[in-house]
Amino acid sequence: MIDVADDVTAPAAASPATSTAVAEPVARASQARPAGSAPGGRRKTGAAAWRKRAEIAFFVAPALVLMFLFVILPILTAVQMSVYRWKGFGPMVDFVGLRNYVSVLNNNVFTDALTHNLIIVVGSILLQLPLGLAIALLLNRKMWGQGLLRTIIFVPYVLAEVIAGVVWFQLLQPQYGVIDTILASLGIQGPPQGFLGTPDLALWTVLVVLTWKYLGLAVILFLAGLQGVSEDLYEAAALDGASWWQVQRKITIPLLGPTMRTWGFLSMIGSLQLFDMVWILTGGGPANATTTMATFLVNEGTRRQNFGIAGAASVILFVVALVLALAYQYFILRRDTQPDDGRGARKKRKGADA
Amino acid sequence: MTRKIRGAAIVALGASIALLASGCAGQGGSSSSSGSNGGDENTITWWHNSNTGEGKEFYDKVAADFEAANPGVTVQVSAMQHEDMLTKLDAAFQAGDAPDVFMERGGGELADHVEAGLLKDLSDSAADTISTIEPYMAGFQVEGRSYALPYSIGVVGFWYNKALFQQAGITQTPTTMDELYAVIDQLKAAGITPVSVGAGDKWPAAHYWYYNVIRECSQETLESAIANVDYSDPCFVKAGQNLEGLIAKEPFNAGFLTTQAQAGPTSASGLLATRKVAMELAGHWEPGVMQGLTEDERGLGEDTGWFPYPSFEGQQGDPEAQMGGGDAWAVSQDAPDIAVEFAQYLLSDEVQRRFAELDMGLPTNPTASQYVSDPALAELLDVRDNAPSIQLYLDTLFGTSVGGAMNDEIALLFAGQASPEDVVNAVQSAADAEQ
Repeated sequence: MIDVADDVTAPAAASPATSTAVAEPVARASQARPAGSAPGGRRKTGAAAWRKRAEIAFFVAPALVLMFLFVILPILTAVQMSVYRWKGFGPMVDFVGLRNYVSVLNNNVFTDALTHNLIIVVGSILLQLPLGLAIALLLNRKMWGQGLLRTIIFVPYVLAEVIAGVVWFQLLQPQYGVIDTILASLGIQGPPQGFLGTPDLALWTVLVVLTWKYLGLAVILFLAGLQGVSEDLYEAAALDGASWWQVQRKITIPLLGPTMRTWGFLSMIGSLQLFDMVWILTGGGPANATTTMATFLVNEGTRRQNFGIAGAASVILFVVALVLALAYQYFILRRDTQPDDGRGARKKRKGADA
Repeated sequence: MTRKIRGAAIVALGASIALLASGCAGQGGSSSSSGSNGGDENTITWWHNSNTGEGKEFYDKVAADFEAANPGVTVQVSAMQHEDMLTKLDAAFQAGDAPDVFMERGGGELADHVEAGLLKDLSDSAADTISTIEPYMAGFQVEGRSYALPYSIGVVGFWYNKALFQQAGITQTPTTMDELYAVIDQLKAAGITPVSVGAGDKWPAAHYWYYNVIRECSQETLESAIANVDYSDPCFVKAGQNLEGLIAKEPFNAGFLTTQAQAGPTSASGLLATRKVAMELAGHWEPGVMQGLTEDERGLGEDTGWFPYPSFEGQQGDPEAQMGGGDAWAVSQDAPDIAVEFAQYLLSDEVQRRFAELDMGLPTNPTASQYVSDPALAELLDVRDNAPSIQLYLDTLFGTSVGGAMNDEIALLFAGQASPEDVVNAVQSAADAEQ
């Protein structure tokens, strides 16, 4: 029985290896093609090549222009802002070097905001992964009302974040909110300042609302991943007398690995950028208990008009997100994205040695 | 190799197109005079925030009347929701393309705009109008020159529900802090939440601290503190201690740390309008806000009452001094001269009179005060007109950067996470950073 896992992963690992082996000659062939047609007539191919270039330029340029105008230019402007003290109007002349960065990094509100972001990154993975997995495994069984249940789980994700935020804000109102009313009818007294108004509870409340909102995404992704697990494996396991629990643990979850890792990446990026839900539920309060890097920079930029500070904070946010994303790619996602040659070869060699 | 070159060519092409495009769009304030708003000598662009009902109709009529009185002049009116207007104004300033006549709120923000060369100096061109509204000009002047014409100035005080006060057996509105504490105890004893405050938005909470400062510090102390950027006078810490005293009485609505100021029935204004609390510290806008938050659009109706902020024992400030602020018409630097005429017309007796009759605000033109019909507002106006000085909201006065730091720290004080000294330190260090 212990062998099941190995048997399962081996073909999975082997199949990409074979596919790259097939792909290689194809690539070589396509490289060879222009070389082969070159003697046919230089002028003709030159004109054709130019035409092709013009065609590509024609189709790609609009996208590149938009990308430059709305993505790259703003990023460059933010970097430029971050080294000036600027109030949002008039010329940018007050150059301060890296002082904005120093003041942001020394600002307790910002470091707390970064901590909150990291708590939410870890917290949402710890909460949503087991919950999402459990629900996906349950919903993957054939049962009555399966489609309906899947829809219900997915509904919060479909709702606009702002609308979900406003609804939860009203539900969580102290004293007059639905949740406090329900608690009161059960004889439980909610926190006197409300779940969102108590500094020690606010971040966890936000995390619960986020879990409610984004659990649907985890479930739907895991369900999609489960469709990719071959029926044959279940059949084989059943023939070997594996229990349901053993099948899940040794077949389903390992094969769901790539899906879970991709989901983890999306979840992490989402948590780092977290803004709308916090802005609506608490605005970063009470007593800065729920600030995130994004609320910090919006507060500094549009409310206090310290655009230099906000620019520095946004660059730091960018760097933090980039570093975490690259680290995640390198340490966790690499096994999914990298061609399996190395591993496959190592395995084969190991087999040969044996 | 060819692929690489082609890629580079495309990037270069894309980049050059983008540069051309962005060059045309213009960035920063350098190309302000070529903006569409500055071009025509006979066209005035006017942005205001009376975008609904009678107010909007009235302002459209004002524009039409001005056009009729000045043949050849066109007034392009843009009525916007208040927050939208502020966002658009910020964007317009950044692009160097501000409207000709628009709203200013005075204080540090106005000073910043003056420093950036966005506003026309009105001291000489509108001297007559300025002389009629002299008492309110202080917040709209920089180094003795006037840059905007205040058309509506209100003061902050407690709005209260007369019926709930009666129910709790309160017969007189409090004039001292001790009396206010007694009122709070009486309301609590009657099972009524005494006060709502929108500390989630910070500024409504900060108003308590401002008022304590105005009560505890004499006018001279405050003025010299601001002028010398030195807030070491003990009266500033005293103001925070007084506020801690009030917070310790626990007079506020449940969850006040995340309560919003004016949005929806669970906001501070909403709680007062729906009779869930007995009073709220707010400005002259409160009746209008409450009307918008109730089904019948009447707000508290007959039960609306107003009393000024109480005084402290042994305070240094004048007990009659009030805190407030308001809106003023400013004219942008590049606007045609006729725009100054228009701004003055907006302050004229007839426009201000109708402005008062429609309860759109508290007119600054002394001939118009008598036409304010709302009894609670009339009471407030009386207090305003008799005040020896009207201190501009401190956050407006200090500007967004210092003001924001101060408000955040006061919100922390409300949460019990900052001391009175912390608030003063936050103001001091933010003000130092501005230097």
